Amino acid sequence: MDLTYSPEEQAFEAEVRAFLNAELPAELAEKVRKRRELTKDDMNRWHAILNAKGWLAGTWPVEAGGTGWSAVQQHIFEEECCRANAPRIVPFGLKMLGPVLLKFGTKAQQEEYLPRILDGRDWWCQGYSEPGAGSDLASLKTRAVRDGDDYIINGQKTWTTLGQHANRIFCLVRTKTDGKPQEGISFVLVDLDTPGIEMRPIRLIEGGYEVNEVFFTDVRVPVSNLVGEENMGWTIAKYLLLHERTNIAGVGFSIEALEQLKSLATQVRRGGKRLIDTPLFAARLAEVEIDLEAMRLTNLRMLADAQKKGAPGPETSMLKIKGTVIRQAINDLARRALGPAAAPFPSEALDGNAALVPEDHAANAASYFNNRKISIYGGSNEIQKNILAKGILG
Amino acid sequence: MDFEVSEDRRMLADSLGRYLSDHYGIEHRNAVAYDAPFHDAQKWRDLAELGVLYALAPEDRGGFGGAGFDVVTVFEQLGRALCPEPVLPQLLATRLLMASGADLEPLLSGATRYAVAIGEIDAPYAVEDITTEATDSGGGWRLTGRKSVVYGAEAADRILIAARHAGGIGLFEIAPGNADITAYGMIDGGGAGEMFLDKSEAVLVAGDAGAMLQDALDWGALALAAEAVGAMDAANAMLIDYLKTRKQFGRPIGGFQALQHRAVDLGIEIEQARSITILAASRMGTQAQSRSVSMAKNLIGRAARLVAEESIQMQGGIAMTWEYPASHYAKRLVMIDHQLGDTEFHLERVMADLRPAR
Repeated sequence: MDLTYSPEEQAFEAEVRAFLNAELPAELAEKVRKRRELTKDDMNRWHAILNAKGWLAGTWPVEAGGTGWSAVQQHIFEEECCRANAPRIVPFGLKMLGPVLLKFGTKAQQEEYLPRILDGRDWWCQGYSEPGAGSDLASLKTRAVRDGDDYIINGQKTWTTLGQHANRIFCLVRTKTDGKPQEGISFVLVDLDTPGIEMRPIRLIEGGYEVNEVFFTDVRVPVSNLVGEENMGWTIAKYLLLHERTNIAGVGFSIEALEQLKSLATQVRRGGKRLIDTPLFAARLAEVEIDLEAMRLTNLRMLADAQKKGAPGPETSMLKIKGTVIRQAINDLARRALGPAAAPFPSEALDGNAALVPEDHAANAASYFNNRKISIYGGSNEIQKNILAKGILG
Repeated sequence: MDFEVSEDRRMLADSLGRYLSDHYGIEHRNAVAYDAPFHDAQKWRDLAELGVLYALAPEDRGGFGGAGFDVVTVFEQLGRALCPEPVLPQLLATRLLMASGADLEPLLSGATRYAVAIGEIDAPYAVEDITTEATDSGGGWRLTGRKSVVYGAEAADRILIAARHAGGIGLFEIAPGNADITAYGMIDGGGAGEMFLDKSEAVLVAGDAGAMLQDALDWGALALAAEAVGAMDAANAMLIDYLKTRKQFGRPIGGFQALQHRAVDLGIEIEQARSITILAASRMGTQAQSRSVSMAKNLIGRAARLVAEESIQMQGGIAMTWEYPASHYAKRLVMIDHQLGDTEFHLERVMADLRPAR
């Protein structure tokens, strides 16, 4: 048993740290630390910096313009990025569609789209969920009907994250209505400029805009935009979900959030005492740290296993469940640490002399509410438990 | 033993509930709750006419209620509708001015709106920790310090302030114009403000106000507990309805045992919350008042957060949206714990008074 990284991995860790130190713009890190909304330009700027270094596509092979990193290297990179408060890599092109095209796409599709993802010409978004198809994704109804060399698409997608920035969307559509629902789904690429598409923003619980509804009315898409074969979309969707699950535990986010929380608890006072010295709050803080330490190791154990076997298995569901629960527990403490001062909307008016909370923490309540989503999206924790239960009980 | 609600209180609950559902529906509520001045003057007058404020004081002080159950009746209905009107500060002011012997009519009629400023950044919940200073160097009282997250500060006609002076903690009254107030909206709706006092002119209401402040805070915490019970009932009704109608995998999701058991757990916690609130209401004005209120506020803090989080999780993405009322109920339910003492604060108060019964 050896819990340390290999010398090569340690050297890689140091290299990543040095790179972030030198290249991550301070104003981006500050925005992330304060949980301010990032603009499209902010995200593109960070992508361009990573792309210049050749580090943007951590999960792609070198031939495709990726890094060729091992699972452990990917993990190290993610964790260091979180620690440094780097913007999150927008996953839709790089972590979702890219791997799908590399596995299922034609050579023409790979040559057309992969470079455009890397250099930022394309911003992809995801058309999976529908109002009637959430956890039961296979029941999706958006219809694609063949007409000569085109499909004609009608239907509605929802929860399309950052669709407002996107110029393209990859969609699951129904191409066959008889037989098992899973066997009539196809994976198609759609240009958002195509006539008949309307994107409407959805306002979230804390007031922010990050997801959208997308309506399709007689949208014509060339059959050449089909990825894989017709009706094999479900296989592709499952492959994509597995890829989405690397770093699903979000350990790096939790480590950084816990550090910020501890710092907050040394600044906030209740009467003459620092919050971190009040036994009840300290006990909760210690408990979540214990859970996180264990989670960090569980994550590494599964990572080592995946590295040996070549691919992550269904046990990643465990990482998703526990990882999101721990992140939410930290968000909860960060909100309650502020007491009444958590209540104001994060607002510029309370900066400077009027500041009410220690720097960086004005958005703690908003983040708590917003992060209720992490146990819902990407397959809710209930669905993850179904997957695990099936593995144990058959 | 009789757990029936009295005829008078049931009538008040019915008329208030009907008024709020007819005239303070969720769309109007959101329009008022998230934009300055976070208050609808006409609706405030209507509520006052319904007797909502008179119910907060006893008959010998010009009201027609004033018992724990009267406060619970009013606030449970306000919670059910997520009403953002600043009734809570009016209740605190009623209790404080009752103790001082002042004429309550302007308060109970709703003509004069009060805010009550007690908490500070480093003393959010405990009165004994406040540091705002009151001095009298011959020309009248002057206050210096900062009061934080003062609910209803912007809409108030008068503000009651707790401040420390040579002889202890006193209660003072000022006109809002005498303080520098930065007003803002809150994440769960309603308005508050930061009050900056710099030798601000004030009138002394009571020199030794420690006990009356504690009493007012107890009544406020009871009101918040009742508000949470009303909001939990409404949120739970929405959830149950969704579980019955939302279909996935070919059937209503309420047919899945994993969700059934969690829905039942919420029901149990809500009944526990109702019980502890009834218990606290029955003990107002007795020796056990403070301890019972702390028990209620602690349990409510835990139950309300559970209902908020579980109702979002079980309803899924839709409950994460602004458009769906459940999200606003969830926010209020969570943020009630940030007012007048959170679960830890009240747990400590109960811990400080753990005695074997025999």
